[in-house]
Parts: sequence; C-alpha cells; structure tokens
Amino acid sequence: MRHMRPLNQKAARIDGYVESRTEDVAALQNPPGGNQAQRPHVPMGCALMFTPGWEVDAAGGTAGLCQPVERDIYDCFVSCYWPAQVPDHLNNAPDWNSKCAVATKDWQKLDLVFP
Amino acid sequence: MSTAGVAIDAATRVYHLGEFHRFHAGGAHFLYLVPAGAIFAVDQAVGKLIDSLAPAPLPHQQLIERLQAQGVDHDAAEELVAEMYHANVILAEDSAPEKPQALPEAFPIQTLVMNLTNQCHLSCQYCYEFGADKVATPEGKPKFMDLETAKTSVDFLLAESGDRRSIHITFFGGETLMNFPLLKQVVGYASERAKEQKRNIDFSLTTNATLLTPAIIEFLSENRIGVTVSMDGPKEMHDRLRVFANGRGSYDIIEPRVRALIQNHRTRPITARVTLTAGVSDVIKIFRHLKQDLGFHEVGFAPVTASPDQLYTIGAKGMDGVLEQFHALAGEYLQYALRGEAHGFSNVSDTLAELCQGVNKSHPCGAGLGLLGVGPSGDIAPCHRFVDSDIHALGHISKGINREKQADFLRRGHIDSKYDCHTCWARPLCAGGCHHEAYVRYGDTGHPNLHYCDWIRDWTNTCLEIYGAIAAKNPAFLRQFAERKAVQ
Repeated sequence: MRHMRPLNQKAARIDGYVESRTEDVAALQNPPGGNQAQRPHVPMGCALMFTPGWEVDAAGGTAGLCQPVERDIYDCFVSCYWPAQVPDHLNNAPDWNSKCAVATKDWQKLDLVFP
Repeated sequence: MSTAGVAIDAATRVYHLGEFHRFHAGGAHFLYLVPAGAIFAVDQAVGKLIDSLAPAPLPHQQLIERLQAQGVDHDAAEELVAEMYHANVILAEDSAPEKPQALPEAFPIQTLVMNLTNQCHLSCQYCYEFGADKVATPEGKPKFMDLETAKTSVDFLLAESGDRRSIHITFFGGETLMNFPLLKQVVGYASERAKEQKRNIDFSLTTNATLLTPAIIEFLSENRIGVTVSMDGPKEMHDRLRVFANGRGSYDIIEPRVRALIQNHRTRPITARVTLTAGVSDVIKIFRHLKQDLGFHEVGFAPVTASPDQLYTIGAKGMDGVLEQFHALAGEYLQYALRGEAHGFSNVSDTLAELCQGVNKSHPCGAGLGLLGVGPSGDIAPCHRFVDSDIHALGHISKGINREKQADFLRRGHIDSKYDCHTCWARPLCAGGCHHEAYVRYGDTGHPNLHYCDWIRDWTNTCLEIYGAIAAKNPAFLRQFAERKAVQ
C-alpha cells in the first residue's frame, strides 16, 4: 500500500489483501515481494533460443500472436511438463509433436488438439 | 437482498467512514482499525480523506473531487480511495460486514491453574477468596488438594489439551507454598507424563513469599518454575492490607525472602503483582521500590476487584491519579524501549504484545476456554478466581468438563452479547473485562465492566501511542513481542 504502512501482524495481513485487490496481476517476471515498476509480460527463459512458446507480441503481450495457443505452450510439452491445459505427452497427446522433428523448421506442424 | 460481498462498480459506491481510532505519536499519524485490531502508520493523504468523509457520506465522484480540491491529483485520489476501501478504512454498501465470531466447538486447553490449597495464613482484607466480596463457598470441601486429585488434574490437562505441543500448569492458592510437598510431586509427575508424550510443559506459581526457604528457592530455580510474588510496595503500603490474622504486617517477613528469591532463582524472571487500593495507589513509589530496591524483573499493577462500597475500593478520583502515574511510567518505558532496554512495567509490555499480534478478542481472557482452574476438591472452575464457587463450577476433574455450563459461561462472556461494547474502539483488547470483576460488581460474569471503560480507553490509547512511537523510531524492539504469545 502506498498510503498506509502496516505495523503489526494483523495489519500485514490486510496489507497483503489490499495489494491483491489493487495491484495488477504480476506473474513470473517479478520476484515475489519485489517492489519494481511493472514490466512487459515476458516470462523467464524467453527468446534465448527458439522454442515455440513463451513468445510475446510486439506490445509485450500474447494477444497479438498469430499461432493457436497450443503452439504457444510447446515448451511445456517438451521440456517442462505442465499437467493441465496443455497437450500432455504422458497420457493424452503422446504424439502431438511427432511431425515436429526440428522445432525451428517444423513448428508450424504443431497442430491444435481436440480432446 | 443484501448487496454485501458483491462487488459493485467503484464509481457507483457511496462511502462512509469505517471503524477506527486515530492517534499521533512521535510526530507521525496512525490508525487502529477496530474490527481487525490492525495498526497502520498513515500519510497526510489518508488524513485528508478521513476529514472529507467525517461530516457525511459521499458518492465516489464527489469524494474524488473533494480530494482534488485539497491538492491530491486525480489518479492519486482514485488510488487512495481504492486502498482505503479495500482496507475497510472507508466502507461502502458492498463492504463485507463484520462477522460475529462463533463460539469454538472444541478448544483444547493450554493452561491449568491448580489451587493446591484454599488456606492462607495471611488475612489480606481485599482477598477475593476470603474478603467481603468472595464468591467461593469452601464449606465442607477439602482444604488441601491430595495427590490423587492432583494426578487426575494433570492427566485431565494432558487429555484436554488436544495436540498442543506446549502446556502450562500454574500453582495457586490460598497460599500455594502451604502445600509445597504436593507441588513438588506434581512437578515430578507432570514432567514425566509430558516427556512420555514428547510435549513441553512448564510451571509457574503465585505466592505471598512468607514461606520461601533456600531449599524451596533452589527447587523453583532448578525446575524453571516462574514465580509471581503478590506484594504491594514498600513497608508502609504493603502492611496496610497484607497482614497476618493478628493484624501484623507481612513486609518484614517477606523482604529478606524476596531478596533471596531474586538473587538465587536464576532460570526465570521474577515478577511482582501489585494490588492497588484506596490507600495504596502511589504507583511510581511502589514501582521504584519493587524494581530498583528489591530487583524484580517485572512489576504489574491491577486495581483491587471489589464492590464499590468497600473502603479500600479505589474511587473515580483515585483511579485518575493512578492513571496519571501509569502515564508517567509509560513515558519512562518508551524512553527505555527507544534505547532498546527493558523497563519492567509489565502493564505496558503485556499490552504491546497484544497490539503486536493485533488481537481481536471474542472473550476478555482465556478463562473457560484455553485456561481452567481446579480447586482442592477437584471441582473445575473457569479460572482460579472462581475456584470453590459452587455456582460457577464447570464440572469435576474426575468426570470432565460440564459442556453445558461451559457453553453458558462462554456465551455470557462473549463480546457479541455485550451490547454496550459494540461502539467502543477498545473492545478488541478489552472485550468487556474480567469475568470475575463483572460478577462482583454486577452479579453476572457476562456484564461488561462499565465502571472502568474510560480508563481502559485511556490506557489503550497510551499503549497505542507507545507502540506507534517505538515502531517509528526503534522497530527492532517490537520483534520480541512477535514471538511472545499474547494470551495465556
């Protein structure tokens, strides 16, 4: 909070609550408790190598990306298993990337998944 | 249908002030949010917002304009209002209402006060166990607790304390040390049983110090037993009411024993507990004597519990004088705290500990909840002050707690049933005050103690100011309270 500084344990809990209601959602890009200015939504690990996924558009968001959302989370499928809302290679979509031998060339072959 | 809890568009809200207490200390401004027990340091913009809303409720847009007129720019005003709204400093029709606190279904006890005897060889006139306002009905009951009852009490504590890791036994009387042989046996038995269950147990006692011997002091020190001595100050004050049956004062007997206790009991701080009465109200003089001359670590004061017509009852005028001296000592406490030193005025440190946690009590104390008393007969009482009182008994140690009577006691004492308290900003800490005092004054344990409301508010405000000043200038001092348990 900008105008009130919590001084006891109960106040600290209220502070946390008010922050959650008044501040924008800040995801992976800011360390917890960091008091930094808002930056574009750029998840960690992005853009150092070519992995379809984690891209951001020119405005720093994901709304303007032209690919279906499944392609945007390819990295979750390949290297970092995320057990929900992505084609999961353990049970439901083991062949999702079978046509995608080299991601840099074949990324367009990652297709939509219809459960 | 109520709209409470359903978010509505901010622009359509109409705001009014929430429930808080404003105070200043050390050149800074603070808010104590009453329903939460939260303390905040606030900036000037918050003051402007509160002043804008003080005369009457305002719709969102008008409030923003009022703030802009006082030099707050539009975006900052919007942000300020949002913050204050979510923190419940200001309320709107969709603010969540303060919920009544339900009675706990099961509340494992933590502390058992064992009255090892109801006998005492002093005849202090104000004694709540024997004096004119006594509630005890000891006729026909055992005068000393026996080993069987004591062991059953310990087993009862272990069973009724649920999965608490740490439990506590306080020995009380009568004069506790008149049954020292039993005390020794209980310490041995309870320590062993707690060890079997891999739980921590600690002990404390209250005594008039007349029976202390080097051997007893050594035992207390070896077993880390906390000691509180009932003592009313220097000789001329102490001997006014703390007398033997023949009227002779007890000061000369206890003085050397207290010195030996403080010198040789090395494992726990030794506390003095002073009862203030009409003739014994020179707080500063008493504090100086007990703290500096005798060397107590902590000294705590409480006005005597008595009906208003007793000669020793402190009247309104006398109480104002007491409070004035409390303020002086509290100011001294603050100076010590800013230097990071312990002062020893426990009325301040106890309140600071509760403020640090931000307690918001449903009941004034743990009596009948986390704390129970047991009399020599094995009768269970809400606390040591009700021991041996038939009408307040909450069952017997051999049969367990009478849940119906316990629920009745807790329902009466609950803050929600004390209507007079609902508009008072000091209720999170006070919760209506001592059940026993209420019974003596009003004949009902659930009656709010209306005779000391002004003093409680004054004292709470003083402690808030001290808390604020310490938080502003030496916040590290408050860290000790974060770990300390507020309510025993």
